Amino acid sequence: MQHFLTPEIMTCAFLIVGVVTAFLYGRGLATSRAQLTADSAGAHSLPSYHGYFSAWTVALLAIGVIALWVTFSGALPKFMFPTMMLGAIALGFIIINRLLTPTFRARNHVERFVGDALMICSGVAVLTTFGIVLSLVFESLRFFDQVPILDFLTGLNWSPQTALREDQIGQSGSFGAVPIFAGTFMITAVAIFIAGPIGLLIAVYLSEYANKRTRATVKPLVEILAGIPTIVYGFFALLTVGPAIRNFAEGFGLSVPTQSAIAAGSVMGVMIIPFISSLSDDVINAVPQTLRDGSLALGATKSETMTKVIFPAALPGIIGAFLLAVSRAIGETMIVVMAAGRAANLTGNPFEAVTTVTVQIVSLLTGDQEFDSAKTLAAFALGLVLFVFTLVLNVIALLIVRKYRERYE
Amino acid sequence: MEAAQTNYIGSIGLKPSMGEVIEMMASAPATETTKTKFECRDVEVFYSDKRALHGINMDVPDSGVTALIGPSGCGKSTFLRVFNRMNDTIPNARVAGQILMDGQDIYSKDIDPVLLRARVGMVFQKPNPFPKSIYDNVAYGPRIHGLALRKNDLDNIVEKSLVRAGLWNEVKDRLKEPGTGLSGGQQQRLVIARAIAVSPEVILMDEPASALDPIATAKLEELIDELKEKYCILIVTHSMAQAARVSQKTAFFHLGDLVEYDDTQTIFTNPKDQRTQDYITGRTG
Repeated sequence: MQHFLTPEIMTCAFLIVGVVTAFLYGRGLATSRAQLTADSAGAHSLPSYHGYFSAWTVALLAIGVIALWVTFSGALPKFMFPTMMLGAIALGFIIINRLLTPTFRARNHVERFVGDALMICSGVAVLTTFGIVLSLVFESLRFFDQVPILDFLTGLNWSPQTALREDQIGQSGSFGAVPIFAGTFMITAVAIFIAGPIGLLIAVYLSEYANKRTRATVKPLVEILAGIPTIVYGFFALLTVGPAIRNFAEGFGLSVPTQSAIAAGSVMGVMIIPFISSLSDDVINAVPQTLRDGSLALGATKSETMTKVIFPAALPGIIGAFLLAVSRAIGETMIVVMAAGRAANLTGNPFEAVTTVTVQIVSLLTGDQEFDSAKTLAAFALGLVLFVFTLVLNVIALLIVRKYRERYE
Repeated sequence: MEAAQTNYIGSIGLKPSMGEVIEMMASAPATETTKTKFECRDVEVFYSDKRALHGINMDVPDSGVTALIGPSGCGKSTFLRVFNRMNDTIPNARVAGQILMDGQDIYSKDIDPVLLRARVGMVFQKPNPFPKSIYDNVAYGPRIHGLALRKNDLDNIVEKSLVRAGLWNEVKDRLKEPGTGLSGGQQQRLVIARAIAVSPEVILMDEPASALDPIATAKLEELIDELKEKYCILIVTHSMAQAARVSQKTAFFHLGDLVEYDDTQTIFTNPKDQRTQDYITGRTG
């Protein structure tokens, strides 16, 4: 038993017991004090709010103790931690006892606590994003100390192997990222070429033609595509689609490698179909029924209504859906690692092996690395480019979608 | 709600009040009898298993305005949508009985609902211009039906329709601007122009003024009055004053039944059924 009762576990136990007790204590205190006053209806807040207020107070003090401990733990003996916690809880109870009178505005304080807590949660997400961006930027700056940024963004040759030992030769390293960007865009283009029409037509079918029951069955089934782990797509691309395309091409006397832009892109296209179909379905459904009725009542057929009224009305939202799908495709990693290849070919032929930003980041950072070599730091620069690009796409997509929403509300 | 609106129209002197209208009609000569446009025989509409209309028998005259009135949920809008088969677009809706248009059953297999809707136009409760330019809104119907071979013809149709809908002078300088940018009353006249542009024989109106302010309503009623010379108009309305002002025939619906159908004047001055009397005097509904 002994080793379970570490100071940390004791502290946690104190914390939980303290918060729960504070809730019960505050609620009970409010009830009894309200009864003592002549007019019990005169209490400002319900007893449970006094309870919540008490629990929050103790919890905040406890969090303060934890923060203090994390900061100064080196300087203090271990048993101080639970002791400080007990002290904080005791302090909390003293404060509660002082504050909780029937006129105390516990409800308002609790509401403010709730608001603040929610704000802090969203703050965590925002700060994390900033943190990631900053680390990307600083590491990239270190990379650009060694490789000029213009060489990186416009160079046509990518071979990041630098000498591991002084005596190695012919491994100078070359960091022109254009072939990588070109490969990324080609695979993305193949994916959108496949997912765009299919996703859009699925959306049209689901929103305009399918009856309710079909829609309720088909839509979740399509969305399952988005839930399949990408590694599964990856070996599907590598072991099934790639060889199939190679065999097919061999039938025409052509030689296509198993790993090719078309194999990776088409499988990725299947993966992003639900992004396009689901989002487009939502925006098509958001087009008011009155517009459909208006068009049908003029003697338009269903498909005329679709192409001439609904589609133009939903177009901004559909573009938004496409852009989100593109940013998903650009950031996709596993499929391309397995099925696209690693050699940085600068080619316009989708039947050749190409490489992508994500694939290069994976290959730069796997294996034995020194963490301040240009080779490793190049990954950060690539990541930064990737991040900026998808960020811009997402912002544009959100702006378009928002503009579209304003139109009908 | 309706009563309040009615009184408001009356009190600001835009239109004669309900009482005045009825007095005026009592002294006016009865409308002449005309040919029949629609014959309805035992029309029933089901939503899944629920029967919304219980065997309606009613003849709609070829000219003039026929008003369908009744409390909410009485089936009047459902009945209106029978005439252009818009109920077909509602899943699980089923129509039984016979509706003859100029002697031909519009629910027979030979009738294409798409072509029927070009002959029977419809104006909805909420103005629903397409998010296109004013010109394209009006040109939509002629384009899909191939009514204009040349740009010039199309321009003519658009102008004529807008003129007839009383909107031309307000929009002739901004035909390229979006139809959704017009005011509510203008939008409603725009969709009327859109309906007129395919040269329908009948115009169905489903509470066309319910989203409009009193002034726009007055304009719309004037327009209906002009349109009735050329089109057979069926109008569903919640405002009894409106029915009295614009229609020659009125049908009172209650709980899916056609309770009473007669000259508007008779319905409002001398209703035969107690339910009609209760409704038009404001005791029910």
